[in-house]
Amino acid sequence: MPQIFHPRVNGLTRILLAGGALAIVAFACVAWFLNRSPYSTGQGAVPEQPVPFSHQHHVGGLGIDCRYCHTGVDRSRFAGLPDTHTCMSCHSQLWTEAQMLAPVRESLKEDRPLRWMRVHRLPDFVYFDHRAHVTRGIGCESCHGRVDRMPLMSQAAPMTMQWCLDCHRNPQKALRAPDRITAMGAPAASDPNALLRRYRIHTDRMTECVTCHR
Amino acid sequence: MKTFRLHLSGLKRSTRSEPKGLNLVPLWVVLAGFLLAACGNDMRDQPRYDPLAPAPGWPNDQSARVPVEGTVARDESLQPVPDTLPEPLTRELLERGGQRYEIFCSPCHGDSGRGDGMVVQRGFPAPPSLHGAHLREIPLRHFYDVIENGFGRMYAYGARVPARDRWAIAAYIRALQLSQYAKLDDLAPRQRKQLQRESREDTP
Ligand code: HEC
Ligand code: HEC
Ligand code: HEC
Ligand code: HEC
Ligand code: HEC
Ligand code: HEC
Repeated sequence: MPQIFHPRVNGLTRILLAGGALAIVAFACVAWFLNRSPYSTGQGAVPEQPVPFSHQHHVGGLGIDCRYCHTGVDRSRFAGLPDTHTCMSCHSQLWTEAQMLAPVRESLKEDRPLRWMRVHRLPDFVYFDHRAHVTRGIGCESCHGRVDRMPLMSQAAPMTMQWCLDCHRNPQKALRAPDRITAMGAPAASDPNALLRRYRIHTDRMTECVTCHR
Repeated sequence: MKTFRLHLSGLKRSTRSEPKGLNLVPLWVVLAGFLLAACGNDMRDQPRYDPLAPAPGWPNDQSARVPVEGTVARDESLQPVPDTLPEPLTRELLERGGQRYEIFCSPCHGDSGRGDGMVVQRGFPAPPSLHGAHLREIPLRHFYDVIENGFGRMYAYGARVPARDRWAIAAYIRALQLSQYAKLDDLAPRQRKQLQRESREDTP
């Protein structure tokens, strides 16, 4: 039988094979980094809101507690967003002429809710519960960052599974006393293990899949 | 069908030594990987309403509907609202009241109740001091009602402060009032001595 391939083809095959392998590795690397990049986790993005509400002014400047507006945070899964009535409890008297607040006044007059855009959004197959965290010593700051320095709300943490697990494997570092949950810039607790016992946190169950996927 | 059989024979270890055609297992694994990868977004966005999610087609495009007039929540009490604290006064209740007072009331009424909160400093009309003679005499129930229904320029807080918390805040306000008008005789003997000692040190 005559030779089909010229001996030189051997070299070419090697180059092609090596090139192919390199391409696969490069593709995997790009996919790996893209998956964790702020582009796909939504970290840092600032969606446009109907009213440019500033946490910096209301939380940092006026010192209003998160729970004045996010009332559900310590009693349900969902933190809740303030209704128009809540804004108007102050803005019925303050900044009543401001153009910026026109949508809020219209919303009250026409009995039509404001449409805030979601900043954080976990996939629907993930179960998350604010109450479980907030009543067991995890402060808002651990997950939402320095909210009191945000003129406009953005997502501070990547909110990937890796990120959740980093804390669930080792929650001691993040624990705070119960009166410091909504505080910003609070110093770390002096004796985290005492807090761990006080909140009766069972670290053995926190990394099971069924905790977050149920 | 033929490929399917090939797939199976590839999996069975005992048939390994038998002469056979191509081993397609790796190909199937890769193909299955591609197929699974394509299923991404159905599970991310499941056909359900998350809290406060929009629901096109409903009034205001809202999925959260307002209950029919007169709806009674399952855990709501049907008894008329009592005139005094419906539960024993405990340290825990007062602490709860203090926490809720600081969240909902102190922006205007101030931590001490004198009506000098942060929002008032920015131009909100100042509320009356909670230590006025009129409010010190008033029954506890008045605070409960003011929280639930609002008062004059003060909006209602009933939607955000549930009944038990309203009583806790009312009890806390009463404690706050007492604290501002405590007489020397109200203190325990040891505290009284300490106070007298300290005030003597202050006045040289
Ligand atoms: C005066 C009312 C008010 C207070 C107080 C307040 N917030 Fe907000 N918050 C809002 C409003 C309105 C929005 C929706 C607009 C936006 O996203 O900017 C919001 C949005 C958010 C979001 C993003 C929600 C999403 O869409 O994913 C987070 C997180 C948040 N707040 C955290 C906090 C924390 C933490 C505190 C306390 C330190 C706090 N807020 C205090 C009114 C308030
Ligand atoms: C507890 C009182 C209070 C509540 C509740 C409140 N605000 Fe304000 N807001 C203020 C005060 C006071 C200012 C003036 C800020 C300053 O002087 O620094 C202000 C200022 C503003 C401004 C002007 C621009 C700025 O950020 O300074 C906007 C817009 C605004 N608020 C939107 C809202 C919205 C939307 C809500 C409801 C989610 C809301 N506020 C709820 C007290 C409040
Ligand atoms: C353990 C991390 C964690 C802590 C602690 C935490 N949050 Fe969140 N928060 C999240 C995540 C994750 C979401 C997105 C939830 C979703 O998409 O279902 C979220 C969403 C929100 C939202 C949007 C509405 C909602 O519930 O989806 C608000 C408002 C909010 N958080 C406020 C707060 C406040 C206020 C605190 C502190 C009292 C707090 N959060 C503490 C992780 C946290
Ligand atoms: C900063 C630390 C921290 C982060 C970040 C965090 N968690 Fe947690 N989580 C905790 C602690 C502490 C508990 C309480 C465990 C216990 O009670 O035994 C908890 C409990 C839970 C529970 C159990 C609730 C229940 O009903 O028992 C769920 C579900 C959960 N977390 C989901 C998440 C998800 C999803 C994320 C990521 C988006 C996340 N957590 C991020 C600290 C954290
Ligand atoms: C602490 C909470 C938590 C635990 C425990 C957890 N997950 Fe997740 N998981 C998440 C979150 C949050 C996401 C969504 C990540 C994202 O949006 O990028 C996720 C996503 C996933 C995905 C989809 C990945 C994708 O990109 O679509 C799979 C598959 C998964 N988890 C499997 C598991 C398995 C298997 C376990 C048990 C070994 C587990 N998870 C335990 C929080 C958790
Ligand atoms: C946004 C500012 C604001 C907040 C927050 C607020 N109040 Fe008021 N409050 C007022 C003003 C203003 C008045 C005076 C109303 C008037 O005379 O028109 C008032 C009046 C009162 C009075 C006096 C009623 C009387 O008989 O004279 C009481 C009691 C009271 N508030 C209790 C509370 C309690 C309890 C809370 C917390 C749940 C609270 N307020 C939160 C602004 C506020």
